[in-house]
Order: sequence, then C-alpha cells, then structure tokens
Amino acid sequence: MADYNPMELMICVAARNLEDGATVVVGTGAPCAAAMLSQKTHSPNLCIMFEAGGVAPILPAMPISVGDSRTFHKALMASSMPEIMETCQRGMVDYTFLGGAQIDMYGNINSTMIGSDHAKPKVRFPGSGGANDLASLCWRTMMMTVQDAKRFTDKINFITSPGYLKGGNTRYEAGLPKGTGPYRIITNMAIMGFEEDTKWMKVLSINPGYSRKDVQDNCGFELRWDDNIADTDPPTADELRILREEVDPHRYIIGR
Amino acid sequence: MNGIDEEKSMQEDGSMSAEVMENNIELKSGLNRIFTNPDADAARAYFRGKSRALKPKLATAEEVVRTMIKDGDYFAIGGFGANRIPTAICHEIVRQGKKGLGFAGHTSTHDFQILSAGEVFDRCDIAYIIGLEARGLSPNARRYIESGKVELTEWTNATLSWRIKAAAMGLSFMPARNIMGTDTFKYSAAKEILCPFTGQKYAAFPALYPDFAAIHVHECDVYGNCHVYGATVSDQDLAKAAKRVVITTERLVSTESIRQRPEATFIPFWCVDAVIESPYGSYPGNMPYEYFSDEEHIREWLAAEKDAESLKKFMDKYIYGTKNFSEYLALCGGIEKMNKLRRIELLIDKK
Repeated sequence: MADYNPMELMICVAARNLEDGATVVVGTGAPCAAAMLSQKTHSPNLCIMFEAGGVAPILPAMPISVGDSRTFHKALMASSMPEIMETCQRGMVDYTFLGGAQIDMYGNINSTMIGSDHAKPKVRFPGSGGANDLASLCWRTMMMTVQDAKRFTDKINFITSPGYLKGGNTRYEAGLPKGTGPYRIITNMAIMGFEEDTKWMKVLSINPGYSRKDVQDNCGFELRWDDNIADTDPPTADELRILREEVDPHRYIIGR
Repeated sequence: MNGIDEEKSMQEDGSMSAEVMENNIELKSGLNRIFTNPDADAARAYFRGKSRALKPKLATAEEVVRTMIKDGDYFAIGGFGANRIPTAICHEIVRQGKKGLGFAGHTSTHDFQILSAGEVFDRCDIAYIIGLEARGLSPNARRYIESGKVELTEWTNATLSWRIKAAAMGLSFMPARNIMGTDTFKYSAAKEILCPFTGQKYAAFPALYPDFAAIHVHECDVYGNCHVYGATVSDQDLAKAAKRVVITTERLVSTESIRQRPEATFIPFWCVDAVIESPYGSYPGNMPYEYFSDEEHIREWLAAEKDAESLKKFMDKYIYGTKNFSEYLALCGGIEKMNKLRRIELLIDKK
C-alpha cells in the first residue's frame, strides 16, 4: 500500500466525489487541490468556479486568494461575485466545499465566533464570507476536516452556514431551496453522509487504520452508522503521484 | 447531478404557498442594526444633485480623503481583500486619523488589516473580516473586533453584493434565498418576507448606499471612465451605489482610447467624483495582469501585529512616517520589487 498522510487521503477521497461535467465552487487550500486532482484524473471537464468571479480557469498554481489572478488564469470567464452567487441561486452549481471551527450532527457549520456574546466574542473568526451563500444555494455541500470531539460538537456556538438546521425538513421550512444541503463530511478517520429522514450524520466508511471506536471517540455527538459500513479506499499510486507532482508540487496543502 | 427529478418545482404545485399561508409561519427579523439608510427616495434626492458634468477630476489621495470623507461616514472598498484594492486610500484614511467611520467588511482582508490598525471604524457590516484567506488571520484586527469597540452586523459575501446591487438598481431592498435559519441571519438586520407571487419565503436585504467608495482600476481617463480586467467582484455595482466615488488607477489613458472601445467601459464617468493616478496602487496586493501580491511584505504586516509595540513601530515607519503612497512603495523596495512582482504575475518567475 502506498504511503500517504491524512491530508492526501482527504483530498483524494474528495476528488472522487466530483464527476465529469459538474460545477463546483471552491475556496483556497484543500478544496481547490481536490478539484484540481479530480480534473487531472477522472473529470477533465469539471467546471471550477471561484466566488470573486473566475470560471473554468486552467490553474497554473494554487491560488492564495479566491480573488487572485490565478483564479481566472486562461479561464473561460472572469465575472463577478453576483454572477457566481446568482448562478448558485439559480440551481446551476452542483458542489461546494466548506471549512469551519465547529460542525454539528446536522452539518451546520460555525466559522464566525466562539462564545455567547456576539457583540464581544471570546474568539472571533472571519465570518461567513461566501460560505453561508454556497451552503444555502449549491446542491451539495462537502467538508474536509480533521476529526476531533471539540470540532464535531452538538454545542455549536454559532450557525454560520446552514446544514440541515434541526434535522428532518427544517432546512426547507426555514426557506432554503429544496433538495440542497450537506452531502459528505470527509475526515482523516471516516467518510460521513446524512440519514435520509432525520438528516443526522451517519458514517458511510472508515479510513484505513481506524476503528469504529476511534471515529466515535473523536466525535462530540453520537454518530449513526450505515448498514453497510465500508472501508474507505486508500489513495491510489496514480492519485498520489498527480497530487504530489502536478497539483501541489510545493506541498503548500499536502505538507500541512 | 441535478435536482430536476428530485422535487416538483414551486410553480407547478404551489405547495409552499399553501403551506406558508395555512401554517401562518412567523416571519423573522435579524437582531442587529442597519448602519445606512436604505430609502431609495432619499438616495434619489442625493443623486439628483450629483454632478453629471464631463469635467477633469484629477486629485491626490490626501485631498480626496480630506475633502470627500468625514468622520462618521460609511465607506466601502472595492476589489477582493488584497486583490485590486485602492491601498493609497486605505493608508490615507489611517494617516489622517479618521474616526467613527462605518465600514463594509465585504471580502475585506488586507484593507481591513490596515483600517483596523488605524482604528478608524467603529461599526462594521461583516461578510469576511480579520482573515487573509490562505495566509492566516490578522492578530491585530482580531484583537480590535474581540475588544467590543466595533458594533457588528453579520451578512455574507452574496448578501453584501446584493445589498450593493439593490442600491445600484435604485431600490430599497433585494430578496434572496440564502442565510435563513442560521445565526448569520439572526445577527444580521435582514427580514424574512413572503413572495407576493408564489408565497415562497425569502430573506429581504436592505439596500446599501455607502457615503464613500474607493475602487482601484487598471486604467481610466481624467473623467473617470474606467477599464478593469479580470474578476470584477462587486465593483460595478459599488460604483453605482456609493454617493461619492474615488477611482485610483494604474495609469491614465486618453479619452480617445475610451471612445475607441466604449463597450469596455466598466464604470462610467458620472459615477465618479475623483481620479487619482496610482501606479502599483494595489500593492502589496495582487493586480491582475500587472503584478502579483508581495507575500513577503504581507508576512511582515502579520508579524508586526504580534503586539501593540511592534505594530506601532511598523505603522510609524510605513504609514505615519510616510507622506504618501509613493514613499511607501519606495520603502518597500521600489521599482526593483515591483518588477519582481510583475515577473511573478506573468509566471516568468515561478514562486
């Protein structure tokens, strides 16, 4: 078996979820690497978009900012923030990736603050940026993150970006578009989806080297389990080679 | 994937309409404050008096900040954080010690870092603040926000874009389908409404008419007819929404060249109140097709922010101790550094 680190595994697994011909809005870092890897393996016509306006660039390197000139290098279009967000709102964007400091069992994400007083936060983060918009309006939201019990919590301090809110049908009842929501949570330990009815987070597969106990012990709420828990396929030699040589040769992301 | 086969559309079955009406769903409001007047008639009254004259508008950053923005005004900065930002205006606002400003924290990164170091604003509409994307967080901007000195209202990138778009359209609000059900909505000043045609629940976002906006462009003429290349973020709407607009430009071009390509005019002269020639004006940020960001200098900013004393030294050297943006550029390595950043931007030097 090839040797790889947790970040490389997460990027490879995420890349497999992006099919040819789909549209995806990505930020900087691991999501961008996953989209680039997907394009260089099985989805040559994956359309990568950036929220500042870049559409279908030929990325010469990892962007530092979702608005820097790399994000529209040899692109099909350099548009605007409203153009990208309205394309999401119109239902034309399939996937997005989000990050955050906390996530709960319904896939709600906090990237705003820790503490209880909004006016005087204990710890302040950047806020939504485009995260809430993408989580609200893209069809499927994914997250890649290291799994620990502090991050995976039922005591989320602030819902920056909507998951399934309080589960069941509450996301749609709140006014968010039908059929949208969290799709996959990809961690160093496991791949999670969501139960059809309750929208509670459920484990779909466990990564090589981890057990059910590891996955549950590193989660602050009780996980549900799929009937057919699989072993996550490890990165292939080909995926790793392309990721290391073509996607992130300077190890900006996979060196973390 | 697509969602077509998953759900019947609203228009076909009208179910949401019936559902909303029957259940008498309560419509929520955000808890926080709108910092600017969304009234479209008030905006029209202002714009009625705004000059449409085709007259030269050349100025300096010092003059513009002294005469066009006063303490307490609400302002917005174009570009995207450290990409195509009017750095000279941000510096000058800090250098002149403006106070009590309101600020649109729309994709705000290095601009936010500069303005926080000067503590020039005390209320902020937030989409994205204190972070510098892949570079990490600004320790000083974070301390400033955590201190409680700044009144905060939450929004998102799309929401602030659409608030600005509503103003650009001469309206008082814009409906949209994001943020409902979240704490981002709870701590915003948005309101839920029902669509008068379908009964669907929407979030209503108040129009944002800034008092002052500064936008950096690739080229423009002396009247303020502008060309921009690359991703445009929200700048076209911002130029229309703001009451007073200053353009900083990499270079001045002749009006003749504008007239040869009228379809390329990104911002027209009647939106613009002043034009400042500001080569390398987005430094240390990226200017598409011109120069890449100076990551070394941005790291220096971040490192200087580790405590109040080192930040003060840094600010004294680069902002308070310089009389204008040209002196800052010279301190940062001058034309040699700019040439290097151009080679990186053009992929001649691989970073």
